[in-house]
Amino acid sequence: MDGYRSPHYNRLGDFMDLSQYFTSSDITGIAPEIILTLTALVVLTLEMARVNRPGIILLVAAFGFVLAGAAIVQGGAGDKILFGGMLYLSKFSMFFDFLYISVGLATMIISQGYLEKMGSESRGEYPALILFSVIGMMLMTRANDLVMVFLGLELLSLSLYVLVGFLRHNLYSNESGLKYLLLGAFATGFFLFGAALTYGATGTTNFSGIASAIAGETILSGVYLFLGIGLLLIGFAFKVALAPFHMWSPDVYQGAPTTVTGFLCTAPKAAGFGALLRVFMVAFPEIISEWKDLFWVLAALTMTVGNISALVQSNVKRMLAFSSVSHAGYLVMGVLVNDGAGISAILFYLVVYSAMNLGAFAIISLVEKDEQEVVFEDYRGMASRNPLLSVAMALFMISLAGFPPTAGFVAKYGLFSAAIENGYVWLVIIAVLNTLVSFYYYFRIIVNMYMRNEKEGLQPSMRFLTAGLIALFVAAVFLLGITPGYLLEITIDVATSAS
Amino acid sequence: MEGIIINSLDFPVLTVITFLPLAGALLILLMRNNVLIKWIALLTTVATFIVSLPIYTQFDKTTYKMQFVEVHPWIPAWNLNYTVGVDGISVLFIILVTILSTLCVSASWKAIQEKTKEFFISLLIMETAMIGVFVSLNIFLFYLFWELTLIPMFLLIGIWGGSNRIYATIKFVLFTLAGSVLMLVGIIVLYYAGGKTFDILTLSNAIYPHHLQLWLFFAFFSAFAVKMPMFPIHTWLPDAHTEAPTAGSVILAGVLLKMGAYGFLRFSLPMFPYAVKLLFLPLLVLSVTAIIYGAYVTLMQNDMKRLIAYSSVSHMGFVTLGIFTLNQNGIEGGMLQMINHGVITGALFLCVGMIYERTHTRMIDDYGGLSKTVPIYVVFFTIFTLAAIGFPGMNAFIGEFLIISGAFKANMVIAAFSILGVVLGVTYMVWLYYRIVLNEINPATKSQLSDLDFREITTLIPLVILVFFIGLQPGVLLSYMHVSVDHLLEHVSAENLEVYDSITLFGRYLKEIIGWV
Repeated sequence: MDGYRSPHYNRLGDFMDLSQYFTSSDITGIAPEIILTLTALVVLTLEMARVNRPGIILLVAAFGFVLAGAAIVQGGAGDKILFGGMLYLSKFSMFFDFLYISVGLATMIISQGYLEKMGSESRGEYPALILFSVIGMMLMTRANDLVMVFLGLELLSLSLYVLVGFLRHNLYSNESGLKYLLLGAFATGFFLFGAALTYGATGTTNFSGIASAIAGETILSGVYLFLGIGLLLIGFAFKVALAPFHMWSPDVYQGAPTTVTGFLCTAPKAAGFGALLRVFMVAFPEIISEWKDLFWVLAALTMTVGNISALVQSNVKRMLAFSSVSHAGYLVMGVLVNDGAGISAILFYLVVYSAMNLGAFAIISLVEKDEQEVVFEDYRGMASRNPLLSVAMALFMISLAGFPPTAGFVAKYGLFSAAIENGYVWLVIIAVLNTLVSFYYYFRIIVNMYMRNEKEGLQPSMRFLTAGLIALFVAAVFLLGITPGYLLEITIDVATSAS
Repeated sequence: MEGIIINSLDFPVLTVITFLPLAGALLILLMRNNVLIKWIALLTTVATFIVSLPIYTQFDKTTYKMQFVEVHPWIPAWNLNYTVGVDGISVLFIILVTILSTLCVSASWKAIQEKTKEFFISLLIMETAMIGVFVSLNIFLFYLFWELTLIPMFLLIGIWGGSNRIYATIKFVLFTLAGSVLMLVGIIVLYYAGGKTFDILTLSNAIYPHHLQLWLFFAFFSAFAVKMPMFPIHTWLPDAHTEAPTAGSVILAGVLLKMGAYGFLRFSLPMFPYAVKLLFLPLLVLSVTAIIYGAYVTLMQNDMKRLIAYSSVSHMGFVTLGIFTLNQNGIEGGMLQMINHGVITGALFLCVGMIYERTHTRMIDDYGGLSKTVPIYVVFFTIFTLAAIGFPGMNAFIGEFLIISGAFKANMVIAAFSILGVVLGVTYMVWLYYRIVLNEINPATKSQLSDLDFREITTLIPLVILVFFIGLQPGVLLSYMHVSVDHLLEHVSAENLEVYDSITLFGRYLKEIIGWV
C-alpha cells in the first residue's frame, strides 16, 4: 500500500513526499497534455530564436500532435481515474482526444500561408495557441470534476480569444476578438456560478460525488441545485452556441481569420458537447430525463433560429456561422435522447461535421482576398475558372445540407433515427423541415459557382498542403457516406462504454 | 428470406447495370477531349442497355418473386444490407431508363456547348440513380438513390437550362425535397415499426396498426405525390420541364415522374392497404381533377414545352387513377401508361428540342407550316402526336383503355369524368399540330429551319418502334407484370374494407373522425 495515499491522512513529515499527490500512473495518464505543452513551448522558443520559417514550426507542431496521439494509444483504452478523481480516462475521452488532435493538425495545415496572405506576419504564437486550446479541450472531456471542466474551458477560451483577434491590422478581427472575450467572460461567469451553486447544494464538485449526493438525497438545497444546473447549462449553451445564447457566434465567426473560424466551429463545439454529455450523463443522470422538455425546446429553437438566420445572410462566413448554430441544434437531439444510439450519433456527427466544415473553410481561405468580405456573388463563375475546387466546395455544401450519398446524410440519419426510436417524431419533423430550409442557402453557393457566369471574380490562391487536405476531406465525406460502417462501429463501441 | 429467387444468371446483372453509368462518369472525369467524352457517354449508355437485355430474356414471368437478387452486408451496425432485385412491377422501368438515357446522350450531342464534361457526368450519375431506385429492395438504399436523382437534375436544369433556369431548378428541388424529407421520417418510423429492418419484402409482409398506416401513408404520399406530380402540388413541373435542356426534360418526364407511381406500387399499396382503401375516393377524385384540370391548362399554353409539360400532369392523372382503382385492369393499365408516357412525352420533348436547337424559340406563334419546310420532321411529329392522343394501334390507346375500364369497375362517376380528359387530350394535341405543322408558313423561323439529320433520325426511330410495338403487342409487356400485379392485389385485398361501396366508406370516415375527436 505504498502507492497512492489519500491526502486527507497526510502527516506533517510527508509534506515533501510528492507521491501522496500523484502517482506515476497519473503522470502517464496526462502524458499527451505534457507532450503538447512541451511542443507549444518549443514552438514559442523557436519563435524567440527567430527561427520563423513557417515550415519548421508546422513540422514541430505536427510532430507534437503525432507524439501526443501515440501517447494516447499507448495509454490504452481501459477506464482510469486519475488525480484523485479529477480526470477520468475512457474510450469516450480518447475518441474526443483524437478528434481534437486531427482538427488541430488540419487547422495548422490550412493556416500555412494564410496569415501572410491576409497581411499579417507568420508568428509562432499562432500554432502555440492552437496547441494550448487543444490541451484545454482534452481536459474538458477528460474531466471528472466541475473545476477541471472549468480549467479546460478557460484554457481553451483564452487561447481562442487571442486566435480570433490574431489579425492585428484587421478591424473586423479586432472587433470579434473583443466581442468574443466579453461575451465569453460572461458565459464563463455563468458556468462558474453554476459550479459554485452545485457545490453549495451537494458539497462536492466531483461528478460521481454529485451523482451520489443527488441519488442519496443528501442535497442541501434543491433550489441551489436547480439554479446551479441551469447556470451550468447556460454556460455550455453559450460555448456551443445554442439559441438564444448564440448571438456572439456570427460576429465572431465573420471577423476571425477564416482558418480560425474553421477551427472555432468544429473542435471547441465538439469539446462543448463532449463535456456537456459527460456532466449530464455522469453528474446529473436523472436531471436529463426531468429536463427533457427543455432540451426539446432548445433543439427545436436552435435549429430553426440558425436556419432562418442563415437564409438571409449575404456573407458566406456568416452564413456558415448560422449554419453551425443549426447543426448544434441537431446535435442537441442526440443529447436529448441520451442513450447509446444518441451518443453514437453525436460522435459520428461531430466527426463528419468537422470534416465538412474544415473543408469548406479551407476553400474559403483559399478564395478569400485581403481585407475584403466574401459574399455569395463573389463565387460567380468559379466553376469555369477552378473546376476542381468548385466540385469540392459543392460537395461540402451537399454534405452539409445532408444529401445522400455523402457523410452528412448518414450523420443526420443517425440522429433522426435515435430521436424517433425514443418517440420524438415531431422534433424530427421540425428537423427535416429545417433541412429543407438549409438546402436553399447551401445551394446558393453552388448556384453562384455553376449557374451564373461572370468573367471577373475570385482568383483562388492554391496552397499545396491545403489542396491535399481538401482532397482528403472530399474522400472522407464520400467514404463515410457510402461505407460508414467502420466509423459507426467505433462510435457505437464508445457510446455503449460511456452510457 | 421469403419471396426471393437468387440470381439465376450467375452474374450480378443488376449491380452492373446500376453502376456501369457511374463508372463511365468516373472515366469521363479524367478526360479532357469533348468529342471523346461524348463517345464514352454514348458507349456507356449503350453498353448499359445491352447488359440490361438478359434481364428480359431470363425473366421468369410465372412468379411474383423477386429475381436476380443480390444480397451483401453493407452496414452491419444498422442491420443494413445492400439488396437489389426486380419483379414484374419494376422490371419494365429499367429498360425505359436505359433506352431513354441512350437517346438523351444522342440528343445532347450538339445542344450542349459549354461544360460538356459536367453535363455528361451529371447525365450518367442520373442514370445510375434512376436504375438504383427501381432495383433497390432495401428502403435505405431506395431513399439514397431517390435523393441522388435530385442533385444531377438540379445541375442539369440549373446550368444548361433556359433563361429562367435558376428559379425553376430551385423550385424543383424545394418541392421534391419537401416531400422526400417527410418520407425519410416515414422510413425511420417504418424501420422501428417493422422490427428494425430496412428490407422492403419483410416490411411489406408485416401488418401495421391502422392508425400508424394512415400516418405513414401520408409521409410516403408527400414524396410520391410531389414526384408524380398529383394535382395541387404539380406547379414545379411546368417550370422544371420548360427550363430544362432537352435531355433533362426527357429524363424528368420519362423517368422521374414514374418514380412516384412506382413508389405507390412498391410501398403504399402493399404496406398501407388500409390507408389506401380508406382514402380510395379522395385519391380517385384527385386523379380525375389532375386529368381534367391539367388538360384545360394545357389548352391555354403558347409555349410548346410548357404545353407538353402540362399534358404530363393530365397523363399522370391517368396513371394514379389506374393505380388507385385497385383492380387488375387499372393497375396494369397504369403501369403500361407509365411506359407509354415515358416513350411519347420523351419523344415529343426530343422533337421540340430538335427544332428549338435550330430556331431558339419555343413559342407556338413563331412556327407554322412545318409540313412544307421540314417534311421528315413532320412524319415523326405526326406519329407521336397520334400516339399521344391515344390513336388505336399505338401504345397510349391500350393504356388508357385499360385504365378507363378499370375505373368503370371502381366508380362510374369518376370514370365518366376521366373520359373528358381523353377528349381534351385530343383537342390540345390536334390544335398544337394544326398551329405548327399545318397553317401558313411562318416567315419568322422559316430561314433557320432545316430538316432532321441522320443522328436525329436514329434518335427518334427507337421510340417509333416502341410506339407501334406496344400498341400492337401489348401482351408482351403485360405478361411481365401480370403475376406480380395479381400478387399485389391479393395482398391488398387481405385488408378487409370494401372500397367499391361508397356508403361503407363514408361510414368508415365517420368512424375515423369520431375516433379522432
